[in-house]
Amino acid sequence: MALNRKIAYIDLSTGKIEIKPIPIEIRKKFLGGRGLDAYLLYNHTKKGIDPLGPENVLLVSGGLLTATLASATARTHVMAKSPLGGMIGSANMGGFFAPELAWAGFHHLVIKGKAEKPVYLWIHNGKIEVRDARNLWGRTVTETQWAIREELGDEEIKSMVIGPAGENLVRFANVMTGIKNSGGRTGMGAVMGSKNLKAIAARGTMDIKIAHPKEALEYNKRFIDQITSAKVNQTQGTLGTPFIWGATNSWGGIRCRNFQYNQQLYCDEIEPEAIDEVCTQTVGPYHMASCFGCQVHCRAKYRIPSGPYKGVYDEGPEYTSQGAFCGEPDCRSIETLLVGNHLVNQFGLDNLETGSLIAWAMELYELGILTDKETDGLDLRFGNDEALLEMVKRIAFRKGWLGDTLAEGGLIASERIGKNSFDYLIQVKGVSNLHSDERATPALALNVATASRGSDHLRSRPAIDLYHLPEPVLRKIYSTPVPYDGPLSSEHTEYVGKPWQVFWQENCYMAVDCLGICKYHTVFLGATLPNFEDWPKVIYYNTGLEFTPRELWDIAERCNMLERLFNLREGLKREDPYRGDMLNHRYFDEPTRRGAPDVVGRVIDREKFKKMIDEFYGYKGLDENGVPKPETLKRLGLENEPSHLL
Amino acid sequence: MEVTGKVLAVYPEKCTGCRLCELVCSVFHDGVSNAMRSRIKIVKWESEGVYIPMVCQQCQDAPCMIVCPVKAISRDDALNRVMVNHDICIGCRSCVAVCPFGAMGFNVIDRKNFKCDLCDGDPQCVRFCEVKAVDYVDAERVSLEKKRAAAGKITAAQRQAIALELETR
Repeated sequence: MALNRKIAYIDLSTGKIEIKPIPIEIRKKFLGGRGLDAYLLYNHTKKGIDPLGPENVLLVSGGLLTATLASATARTHVMAKSPLGGMIGSANMGGFFAPELAWAGFHHLVIKGKAEKPVYLWIHNGKIEVRDARNLWGRTVTETQWAIREELGDEEIKSMVIGPAGENLVRFANVMTGIKNSGGRTGMGAVMGSKNLKAIAARGTMDIKIAHPKEALEYNKRFIDQITSAKVNQTQGTLGTPFIWGATNSWGGIRCRNFQYNQQLYCDEIEPEAIDEVCTQTVGPYHMASCFGCQVHCRAKYRIPSGPYKGVYDEGPEYTSQGAFCGEPDCRSIETLLVGNHLVNQFGLDNLETGSLIAWAMELYELGILTDKETDGLDLRFGNDEALLEMVKRIAFRKGWLGDTLAEGGLIASERIGKNSFDYLIQVKGVSNLHSDERATPALALNVATASRGSDHLRSRPAIDLYHLPEPVLRKIYSTPVPYDGPLSSEHTEYVGKPWQVFWQENCYMAVDCLGICKYHTVFLGATLPNFEDWPKVIYYNTGLEFTPRELWDIAERCNMLERLFNLREGLKREDPYRGDMLNHRYFDEPTRRGAPDVVGRVIDREKFKKMIDEFYGYKGLDENGVPKPETLKRLGLENEPSHLL
Repeated sequence: MEVTGKVLAVYPEKCTGCRLCELVCSVFHDGVSNAMRSRIKIVKWESEGVYIPMVCQQCQDAPCMIVCPVKAISRDDALNRVMVNHDICIGCRSCVAVCPFGAMGFNVIDRKNFKCDLCDGDPQCVRFCEVKAVDYVDAERVSLEKKRAAAGKITAAQRQAIALELETR
């Protein structure tokens, strides 16, 4: 049964391992996955710890429904204090690791301390072993995984690993599984590296009893029809996430030349159809792959068609790689895109952070804030493909002054570079913004400003706000499971109604992250996809646990508040440009220069932005400084945190 | 020709590797999620992006049937499948050893062998596979489709040959 999956406490300093059940009362309060991780992080860390010190705690988990028939329960969640911004560190990845971990008997791992020498964890049918990883150290992401399979003699082992970037403590190193499934943002790979933990390998053949198998099967079939009938998922399943690039760049929502433009021009070579063509030519007409149990199959397979890496197999590139290796640095070659994607996958680097920081450095170089001395002679101009790829390598291996500096992340790098470099850094809470430009879309701007793990689109982005959906459709989505009778606007350039949408999405995404389901199976890119009304049934058929939609909403709100509490404990201040719910000044001061007629010439209005934050805080039950009111904590049952129940 | 000869047809190139077939197979037969219990298995070469669904071929002269010392395995011609009678089976696993496709499994929890039974005529792997990498079709249709695909290639070659001939004239 999903509910009998265990939690394991692993102390790498002492080698002590303790295995416990997860009490049902805890499940009812935090479900599992990201929500329970937030509880564990808040309870097992102290204020102000060094994120790369042994006192940081690394949490690895599957969701409540992982490996059950809930559709696309592939997601692994990883949490720790972030070495990038010092706030909550959180990463969520697809693939096949979490189901294997669940079949091996575990839903949550709490990893503390630091191993003396490189080690990896071997988790097999209820047992956990700490093994020597000295021979794995220095290996790339895939080399590590295949070497573990060879060493243990089992091709079915699924591992979550770090590459050289994690070992070198690059503050935005990923945890990775498979060819390209990435637990990105906020440097969870660096936390693993700081613990001398190279990998976690799992293999399990333990039954997960399904509470109502017949009903679970039939409901899953219904879910699949709902998911595959959504046009957006059909497109994802053909072109992958690059399809978003095509649409977003055309109206002017893509950062170009760091933040100088909001659209990349003359980039036909990296349009989704062009990438699809390469995949077709190098892999074949059927070149889309899936994560566990998913019908969206949004992951493209390709071989690099030309150049020094010709013939190398990889997967992706995602929308985010187009931003990182094309839009932001203004490079336009498909080879650069495919090679850049391959490099970050093999090194275990976050593509968004890498691309954003290099684009930032390029702008500083063109402004003369960085010179040839700092770049060690590298001609770091926008549009220089070779310099871009060279910088990716330098960051992963901390080579040269600038490679080592950018590897520290934007906040530390801007201090080292000095002058007014910070003014050009597009970040929130120390985390670089993805490659999207939110100056024309207040809802999205509010989302990146307030996302718990720093500037990010997967924590509260109301992406359907861009579709100009009629107001009654919006109302149908956004007024359940809690009533909302305030204004809602179909206009993406509007400010009214957006704070509620961001608040609703924040809870929606938290709920799926607790369940272990992919966001493409909920109201993210598609308005008709499952949400609060559907999950209680899925949970009941698979686990036997009963919830109302409202109860799930409350749990999500509670878990989001825990993340907020963590950030407040680490020093979150509303308008602090370093660690606040605040955007870079350029959002307010520099109008957009390209894009559709209703997009060009836009800035975010300072006063209206302030009002949006006020309203958003109001929905969350925070005071004007962003601190939860006592009655909010009481309502959410968090007045006694940390409560140390698990 | 009788049309009851339905077979499970596998089109490996279409498989996206999601393994939902493994999940629904184990839930349908055993009420649990456990890929180890699945009758169908996606064999992967991840570093090449190659995924191949492997499942019982329901052989006519099934090696498992021939090797079984107690005749627990027999053909069910109504559904064109090979079945194990667990009342007779002694659990010697000879069938597991002899199957050339690795399609006969042995379940270490229940200590029994297990194989694809085509879900009594409604294979769940087919029902849940959106991309139709596994399909349940009349045997004659499988070869018809292959004939058409091969013929298509020949036609293309012929067209090219004719065009080339016209060009050289």
